[in-house]
Amino acid sequence: MIVRILGEGQFKVEDAVSAELNQLDADLEAAVEHGDEPAFTAALAGLLAKIRATGTPLPPDILEPSELILPHEGSSMDEVRKLLTDEGLIPG
Amino acid sequence: MYMKGTAARMGVMKRVSLVFKAKANKALDKMEDPRETLDYSYQRQLELLTKVRRGVADVATSRKRVELQMNQLQQQADKLQVQARKALGMGRDDLAREALTRKASAQSQLDELQTQYAQLQGEEEKLTLASQRLQARVDAFRTRKETIKATYTAAEAQTRINEAFSGISEEMGDVGMAIQRAEDKTAQMQARAGAIDELMASGALDDAVGGKRDDIQSELDMMSASSDVERELAMLKGEITAAAPKQLEGTSANGDAQAAQAAQAQAAQAQAQAQAPYAPPAPAEQAQPAGIPVSDLPGEPQDGDGS
Repeated sequence: MIVRILGEGQFKVEDAVSAELNQLDADLEAAVEHGDEPAFTAALAGLLAKIRATGTPLPPDILEPSELILPHEGSSMDEVRKLLTDEGLIPG
Repeated sequence: MYMKGTAARMGVMKRVSLVFKAKANKALDKMEDPRETLDYSYQRQLELLTKVRRGVADVATSRKRVELQMNQLQQQADKLQVQARKALGMGRDDLAREALTRKASAQSQLDELQTQYAQLQGEEEKLTLASQRLQARVDAFRTRKETIKATYTAAEAQTRINEAFSGISEEMGDVGMAIQRAEDKTAQMQARAGAIDELMASGALDDAVGGKRDDIQSELDMMSASSDVERELAMLKGEITAAAPKQLEGTSANGDAQAAQAAQAQAAQAQAQAQAPYAPPAPAEQAQPAGIPVSDLPGEPQDGDGS
Protein backbone atom coordinates (compact mmCIF):
# COMPACT_ATOMS: atom_id res chain seq x y z
CA MET A 1 0.00 0.00 0.00
CA ILE A 2 1.31 3.46 -0.92
CA VAL A 3 0.91 6.25 1.59
CA ARG A 4 1.87 9.87 1.13
CA ILE A 5 2.83 12.23 3.89
CA LEU A 6 2.31 15.70 2.49
CA GLY A 7 5.57 17.58 2.34
CA GLU A 8 7.60 14.39 2.76
CA GLY A 9 6.74 12.16 -0.15
CA GLN A 10 5.40 8.66 -0.61
CA PHE A 11 6.05 5.51 1.40
CA LYS A 12 5.39 1.88 0.71
CA VAL A 13 3.76 0.37 3.77
CA GLU A 14 3.11 -3.31 4.40
CA ASP A 15 -0.55 -4.20 4.42
CA ALA A 16 0.02 -5.85 7.79
CA VAL A 17 0.22 -2.49 9.54
CA SER A 18 -2.91 -1.18 7.91
CA ALA A 19 -5.13 -2.24 10.83
CA GLU A 20 -2.96 -0.22 13.16
CA LEU A 21 -2.99 2.72 10.79
CA ASN A 22 -6.75 2.54 10.52
CA GLN A 23 -7.11 2.68 14.29
CA LEU A 24 -4.87 5.74 14.49
CA ASP A 25 -6.74 7.30 11.60
CA ALA A 26 -10.06 6.70 13.35
CA ASP A 27 -8.65 8.55 16.37
CA LEU A 28 -7.58 11.36 14.11
CA GLU A 29 -10.97 11.55 12.52
CA ALA A 30 -12.76 11.55 15.86
CA ALA A 31 -10.49 14.34 17.10
CA VAL A 32 -11.28 16.46 14.05
CA GLU A 33 -14.99 15.87 14.48
CA HIS A 34 -14.95 16.76 18.15
CA GLY A 35 -12.66 19.71 17.65
CA ASP A 36 -10.20 18.16 20.11
CA GLU A 37 -6.90 19.75 19.17
CA PRO A 38 -4.64 17.92 21.69
CA ALA A 39 -6.06 14.55 20.67
CA PHE A 40 -5.68 15.56 17.04
CA THR A 41 -2.03 16.50 17.49
CA ALA A 42 -1.29 13.25 19.28
CA ALA A 43 -3.10 11.11 16.71
CA LEU A 44 -1.39 12.83 13.78
CA ALA A 45 2.04 12.48 15.39
CA GLY A 46 1.32 8.80 16.03
CA LEU A 47 0.30 8.18 12.44
CA LEU A 48 3.30 9.97 11.00
CA ALA A 49 5.67 8.13 13.31
CA LYS A 50 4.11 4.77 12.41
CA ILE A 51 4.44 5.38 8.69
CA ARG A 52 7.97 6.65 8.92
CA ALA A 53 8.96 3.68 11.06
CA THR A 54 7.30 0.94 9.03
CA GLY A 55 7.32 2.38 5.53
CA THR A 56 10.04 2.63 2.93
CA PRO A 57 10.25 5.71 0.73
CA LEU A 58 8.95 5.13 -2.76
CA PRO A 59 11.62 5.51 -5.46
CA PRO A 60 11.19 8.91 -7.11
CA ASP A 61 10.79 7.51 -10.61
CA ILE A 62 7.63 5.63 -9.71
CA LEU A 63 4.43 7.42 -10.60
CA GLU A 64 1.68 5.99 -8.47
CA PRO A 65 -1.25 7.66 -6.81
CA SER A 66 -1.36 7.06 -3.06
CA GLU A 67 -4.06 5.06 -1.40
CA LEU A 68 -3.83 7.17 1.71
CA ILE A 69 -2.62 10.73 2.14
CA LEU A 70 -1.63 12.23 5.44
CA PRO A 71 -1.48 15.90 6.35
CA HIS A 72 1.99 17.34 6.75
CA GLU A 73 3.70 17.35 10.10
CA GLY A 74 2.56 20.11 12.39
CA SER A 75 -0.73 20.64 10.56
CA SER A 76 -3.43 22.34 12.54
CA MET A 77 -6.93 20.94 12.67
CA ASP A 78 -8.05 23.89 10.64
CA GLU A 79 -5.62 23.08 7.86
CA VAL A 80 -6.82 19.51 7.79
CA ARG A 81 -10.44 20.61 7.52
CA LYS A 82 -9.48 22.72 4.54
CA LEU A 83 -7.75 19.74 2.99
CA LEU A 84 -10.91 17.69 3.36
CA THR A 85 -13.06 20.33 1.77
CA ASP A 86 -10.74 20.71 -1.16
CA GLU A 87 -9.57 24.19 -0.29
CA GLY A 88 -5.96 25.22 -0.50
CA LEU A 89 -5.00 22.56 -2.99
CA ILE A 90 -3.12 23.45 -6.09
CA PRO A 91 -5.04 21.99 -9.02
CA GLY A 92 -3.00 19.26 -10.65
CA MET B 1 -16.66 17.08 -3.04
CA TYR B 2 -16.78 13.99 -0.84
CA MET B 3 -19.91 12.32 0.46
CA LYS B 4 -20.34 13.15 4.06
CA GLY B 5 -22.12 10.01 5.15
CA THR B 6 -19.51 7.57 3.93
CA ALA B 7 -16.64 9.93 4.56
CA ALA B 8 -17.23 9.74 8.28
CA ARG B 9 -16.23 6.08 8.26
CA MET B 10 -13.44 6.46 5.84
CA GLY B 11 -10.81 8.12 7.95
CA VAL B 12 -8.90 11.26 7.25
CA MET B 13 -6.16 9.65 5.17
CA LYS B 14 -8.55 8.09 2.69
CA ARG B 15 -10.60 11.23 2.38
CA VAL B 16 -7.58 13.36 1.63
CA SER B 17 -6.45 10.93 -1.04
CA LEU B 18 -9.92 11.04 -2.59
CA VAL B 19 -9.81 14.81 -2.72
CA PHE B 20 -6.55 14.57 -4.62
CA LYS B 21 -7.92 11.94 -7.00
CA ALA B 22 -11.06 13.95 -7.65
CA LYS B 23 -8.88 16.88 -8.62
CA ALA B 24 -6.95 14.78 -11.07
CA ASN B 25 -10.11 13.28 -12.55
CA LYS B 26 -11.66 16.65 -13.02
CA ALA B 27 -8.63 17.84 -14.94
CA LEU B 28 -8.64 14.66 -17.02
CA ASP B 29 -12.31 15.00 -17.88
CA LYS B 30 -11.69 18.38 -19.41
CA MET B 31 -9.43 16.89 -22.04
CA GLU B 32 -10.90 15.61 -25.28
CA ASP B 33 -7.84 13.82 -26.47
CA PRO B 34 -5.89 11.89 -23.81
CA ARG B 35 -2.62 12.69 -25.57
CA GLU B 36 -3.40 16.32 -25.11
CA THR B 37 -3.63 15.61 -21.40
CA LEU B 38 -0.09 14.31 -21.36
CA ASP B 39 1.40 17.32 -23.10
CA TYR B 40 -0.63 19.80 -21.15
CA SER B 41 0.24 18.17 -17.85
CA TYR B 42 3.90 18.08 -18.78
CA GLN B 43 3.88 21.82 -19.42
CA ARG B 44 2.29 22.36 -16.05
CA GLN B 45 4.93 20.21 -14.40
CA LEU B 46 7.74 22.25 -15.93
CA GLU B 47 6.07 25.44 -14.74
CA LEU B 48 5.74 24.04 -11.26
CA LEU B 49 9.39 23.00 -11.26
CA THR B 50 10.38 26.57 -12.08
CA LYS B 51 8.09 27.81 -9.37
CA VAL B 52 9.43 25.49 -6.70
CA ARG B 53 13.01 26.42 -7.56
CA ARG B 54 12.15 30.08 -7.30
CA GLY B 55 10.47 29.28 -3.98
CA VAL B 56 13.69 27.74 -2.67
CA ALA B 57 15.63 30.85 -3.74
CA ASP B 58 13.09 33.15 -2.07
CA VAL B 59 13.25 31.30 1.21
CA ALA B 60 17.04 31.38 1.08
CA THR B 61 17.04 35.13 0.48
CA SER B 62 14.69 35.67 3.37
CA ARG B 63 16.81 33.43 5.58
CA LYS B 64 19.95 35.39 4.76
CA ARG B 65 18.26 38.65 5.63
CA VAL B 66 17.21 37.26 8.98
CA GLU B 67 20.73 35.97 9.53
CA LEU B 68 22.10 39.46 8.99
CA GLN B 69 19.58 40.93 11.35
CA MET B 70 20.38 38.34 14.00
CA ASN B 71 24.05 39.29 13.75
CA GLN B 72 23.18 42.94 14.22
CA LEU B 73 21.05 42.20 17.25
CA GLN B 74 23.77 40.02 18.73
CA GLN B 75 26.37 42.74 18.27
CA GLN B 76 24.02 45.19 19.86
CA ALA B 77 23.38 42.95 22.85
CA ASP B 78 27.13 42.42 23.32
CA LYS B 79 27.78 46.14 23.11
CA LEU B 80 25.10 46.93 25.65
CA GLN B 81 26.58 44.33 27.97
CA VAL B 82 29.98 46.03 27.78
CA GLN B 83 28.37 49.40 28.37
CA ALA B 84 26.53 48.11 31.42
CA ARG B 85 29.76 46.78 32.88
CA LYS B 86 31.53 50.05 32.22
CA ALA B 87 28.72 52.14 33.69
CA LEU B 88 28.71 49.96 36.78
CA GLY B 89 32.47 50.42 37.12
CA MET B 90 31.87 54.14 37.20
CA GLY B 91 29.22 53.79 39.83
CA ARG B 92 26.43 54.70 37.43
CA ASP B 93 23.81 52.07 38.29
CA ASP B 94 21.14 54.03 36.43
CA LEU B 95 23.03 53.88 33.15
CA ALA B 96 23.88 50.23 33.68
CA ARG B 97 20.22 49.45 34.28
CA GLU B 98 19.21 51.26 31.10
CA ALA B 99 21.83 49.40 29.10
CA LEU B 100 20.71 46.05 30.52
CA THR B 101 17.06 46.85 29.82
CA ARG B 102 17.86 47.51 26.19
CA LYS B 103 19.98 44.43 26.07
CA ALA B 104 17.07 42.33 27.33
CA SER B 105 14.88 43.81 24.63
CA ALA B 106 17.44 43.04 21.92
CA GLN B 107 17.85 39.55 23.36
CA SER B 108 14.14 38.78 23.27
CA GLN B 109 13.94 39.92 19.65
CA LEU B 110 16.89 37.69 18.94
CA ASP B 111 15.29 34.68 20.60
CA GLU B 112 12.10 35.03 18.60
CA LEU B 113 14.04 35.52 15.42
CA GLN B 114 16.04 32.39 16.15
CA THR B 115 12.91 30.26 16.46
CA GLN B 116 11.52 31.55 13.21
CA TYR B 117 14.88 31.24 11.57
CA ALA B 118 14.93 27.54 12.38
CA GLN B 119 11.47 27.15 10.89
CA LEU B 120 12.54 28.93 7.76
CA GLN B 121 15.56 26.69 7.49
CA GLY B 122 13.24 23.69 7.79
CA GLU B 123 11.03 25.02 5.02
CA GLU B 124 14.02 25.56 2.81
CA GLU B 125 15.18 21.99 3.30
CA LYS B 126 11.73 20.55 2.69
CA LEU B 127 11.24 22.63 -0.41
CA THR B 128 14.64 21.62 -1.75
CA LEU B 129 13.75 17.97 -1.27
CA ALA B 130 10.31 18.51 -2.80
CA SER B 131 11.96 20.12 -5.79
CA GLN B 132 14.27 17.12 -6.21
CA ARG B 133 11.39 14.67 -5.89
CA LEU B 134 9.31 16.57 -8.39
CA GLN B 135 12.20 16.68 -10.83
CA ALA B 136 12.54 12.90 -10.64
CA ARG B 137 8.79 12.44 -11.10
CA VAL B 138 8.67 14.83 -14.02
CA ASP B 139 11.46 12.88 -15.68
CA ALA B 140 9.55 9.67 -15.08
CA PHE B 141 6.42 11.22 -16.47
CA ARG B 142 8.16 12.37 -19.63
CA THR B 143 9.45 8.86 -20.27
CA ARG B 144 6.04 7.38 -19.61
CA LYS B 145 4.41 9.99 -21.81
CA GLU B 146 6.55 9.15 -24.80
CA THR B 147 5.97 5.43 -24.30
CA ILE B 148 2.23 5.85 -24.08
CA LYS B 149 2.14 8.11 -27.11
CA ALA B 150 4.19 5.68 -29.19
CA THR B 151 1.90 2.80 -28.32
CA TYR B 152 -1.28 4.75 -28.32
CA THR B 153 -3.51 2.54 -30.35
CA ALA B 154 -5.89 0.96 -27.94
CA ALA B 155 -8.39 2.27 -25.45
CA GLU B 156 -6.45 0.65 -22.61
CA ALA B 157 -3.84 3.31 -23.08
CA GLN B 158 -6.34 5.60 -21.44
CA THR B 159 -5.93 3.67 -18.20
CA ARG B 160 -2.17 4.11 -18.29
CA ILE B 161 -2.57 7.77 -18.98
CA ASN B 162 -4.92 8.13 -16.06
CA GLU B 163 -2.48 6.37 -13.75
CA ALA B 164 0.45 8.48 -14.79
CA PHE B 165 -1.62 11.59 -14.62
CA SER B 166 -3.00 10.83 -11.16
CA GLY B 167 0.46 10.03 -9.85
CA ILE B 168 2.03 13.20 -11.10
CA SER B 169 -1.00 15.25 -10.21
CA GLU B 170 -0.77 14.17 -6.59
CA GLU B 171 2.91 15.07 -6.50
CA MET B 172 2.15 18.45 -8.00
CA GLY B 173 -0.57 19.10 -5.48
CA ASP B 174 1.81 18.22 -2.68
CA VAL B 175 4.62 20.40 -4.04
CA GLY B 176 2.17 23.22 -4.70
CA MET B 177 1.13 23.17 -1.06
CA ALA B 178 4.74 23.03 0.07
CA ILE B 179 5.44 26.17 -1.95
CA GLN B 180 2.43 27.84 -0.42
CA ARG B 181 3.56 26.99 3.09
CA ALA B 182 7.05 28.23 2.45
CA GLU B 183 5.68 31.46 1.01
CA ASP B 184 3.51 31.98 4.08
CA LYS B 185 6.43 31.41 6.42
CA THR B 186 8.63 33.72 4.38
CA ALA B 187 6.00 36.45 4.42
CA GLN B 188 5.66 36.16 8.20
CA MET B 189 9.40 36.29 8.55
CA GLN B 190 9.70 39.32 6.33
CA ALA B 191 7.03 41.15 8.27
CA ARG B 192 8.91 40.37 11.46
CA ALA B 193 12.24 41.44 9.98
CA GLY B 194 10.67 44.69 8.79
CA ALA B 195 9.31 45.37 12.27
CA ILE B 196 12.72 44.80 13.81
CA ASP B 197 14.36 47.08 11.27
CA GLU B 198 11.91 49.77 12.30
CA LEU B 199 12.58 49.12 15.95
CA MET B 200 16.32 49.41 15.40
CA ALA B 201 15.90 52.59 13.38
CA SER B 202 13.81 54.10 16.15
CA GLY B 203 16.76 53.74 18.52
CA ALA B 204 14.82 51.60 20.98
CA LEU B 205 17.45 48.93 20.55
CA ASP B 206 20.00 51.46 19.45
CA ASP B 207 21.25 50.82 15.98
CA ALA B 208 24.73 49.34 16.14
CA VAL B 209 25.51 49.86 12.50
CA GLY B 210 23.67 53.06 11.71
CA GLY B 211 26.59 55.26 12.67
CA LYS B 212 24.33 57.03 15.13
CA ARG B 213 25.93 57.82 18.47
CA ASP B 214 23.86 56.33 21.18
CA ASP B 215 23.12 58.19 24.36
CA ILE B 216 24.47 55.60 26.78
CA GLN B 217 27.77 55.50 24.95
CA SER B 218 28.13 59.27 24.76
CA GLU B 219 27.46 59.66 28.46
CA LEU B 220 29.98 56.95 29.22
CA ASP B 221 32.49 58.63 26.92
CA MET B 222 31.92 61.97 28.58
CA MET B 223 32.33 60.50 32.02
CA SER B 224 35.36 58.57 31.01
CA ALA B 225 36.91 61.64 29.36
CA SER B 226 36.39 63.80 32.42
CA SER B 227 37.69 61.10 34.71
CA ASP B 228 40.74 60.74 32.46
CA VAL B 229 41.43 64.43 32.96
CA GLU B 230 41.01 64.08 36.70
CA ARG B 231 43.28 61.08 36.80
CA GLU B 232 45.94 62.81 34.78
CA LEU B 233 45.69 65.86 36.93
CA ALA B 234 46.11 63.81 40.05
CA MET B 235 49.09 62.03 38.55
CA LEU B 236 50.76 65.28 37.63
CA LYS B 237 50.14 66.66 41.04
CA GLY B 238 51.81 63.60 42.44
CA GLU B 239 54.83 64.13 40.21
CA ILE B 240 55.20 67.71 41.21
CA THR B 241 54.99 66.67 44.81
CA ALA B 242 57.70 64.08 44.25
CA ALA B 243 59.93 66.55 42.44
CA ALA B 244 59.73 69.24 45.10
CA PRO B 245 58.36 67.60 48.21
CA LYS B 246 59.55 70.24 50.66
CA GLN B 247 58.51 73.19 48.58
CA LEU B 248 54.94 72.03 48.52
CA GLU B 249 54.97 71.08 52.13
CA GLY B 250 52.50 73.27 53.96
CA THR B 251 52.02 75.00 50.68
CA SER B 252 50.10 78.17 50.04
CA ALA B 253 47.68 79.10 47.28
CA ASN B 254 50.59 80.39 45.31
CA GLY B 255 52.33 77.03 45.46
CA ASP B 256 49.19 75.37 44.12
CA ALA B 257 49.11 77.81 41.25
CA GLN B 258 52.61 76.88 40.36
CA ALA B 259 51.79 73.20 40.48
CA ALA B 260 48.86 73.77 38.19
CA GLN B 261 51.07 75.73 35.82
CA ALA B 262 53.55 72.89 35.79
CA ALA B 263 50.77 70.43 35.15
CA GLN B 264 49.55 72.47 32.23
CA ALA B 265 52.99 72.60 30.74
CA GLN B 266 53.40 68.88 31.25
CA ALA B 267 50.08 68.20 29.60
CA ALA B 268 51.04 70.34 26.63
CA GLN B 269 54.22 68.37 26.27
CA ALA B 270 52.45 65.09 26.55
CA GLN B 271 50.07 66.19 23.83
CA ALA B 272 53.00 67.16 21.63
CA GLN B 273 54.35 63.65 22.01
CA ALA B 274 51.13 62.71 20.28
CA GLN B 275 51.17 58.99 20.93
CA ALA B 276 49.45 57.59 23.97
CA PRO B 277 47.03 59.88 25.82
CA TYR B 278 49.56 60.10 28.57
CA ALA B 279 53.13 58.83 28.55
CA PRO B 280 54.96 59.14 31.81
CA PRO B 281 58.04 61.25 31.29
CA ALA B 282 61.51 59.86 31.76
CA PRO B 283 62.85 60.02 35.30
CA ALA B 284 65.34 62.73 34.33
CA GLU B 285 62.58 64.99 33.18
CA GLN B 286 60.59 64.25 36.25
CA ALA B 287 63.09 66.10 38.34
CA GLN B 288 62.75 69.16 36.17
CA PRO B 289 59.42 69.38 34.41
CA ALA B 290 59.90 70.65 30.90
CA GLY B 291 58.61 74.08 30.07
CA ILE B 292 59.63 75.51 33.39
CA PRO B 293 62.91 77.38 33.36
CA VAL B 294 65.40 75.94 35.76
CA SER B 295 65.88 79.34 37.26
CA ASP B 296 62.23 79.50 38.16
CA LEU B 297 62.49 76.37 40.21
CA PRO B 298 63.39 76.75 43.81
CA GLY B 299 67.03 76.02 44.54
CA GLU B 300 66.35 75.62 48.21
CA PRO B 301 63.09 74.54 49.72
CA GLN B 302 62.96 77.70 51.71
CA ASP B 303 63.46 79.86 48.63
CA GLY B 304 60.11 78.98 47.19
CA ASP B 305 57.88 81.77 45.91
CA GLY B 306 55.29 80.75 48.35
CA SER B 307 57.25 81.78 51.36
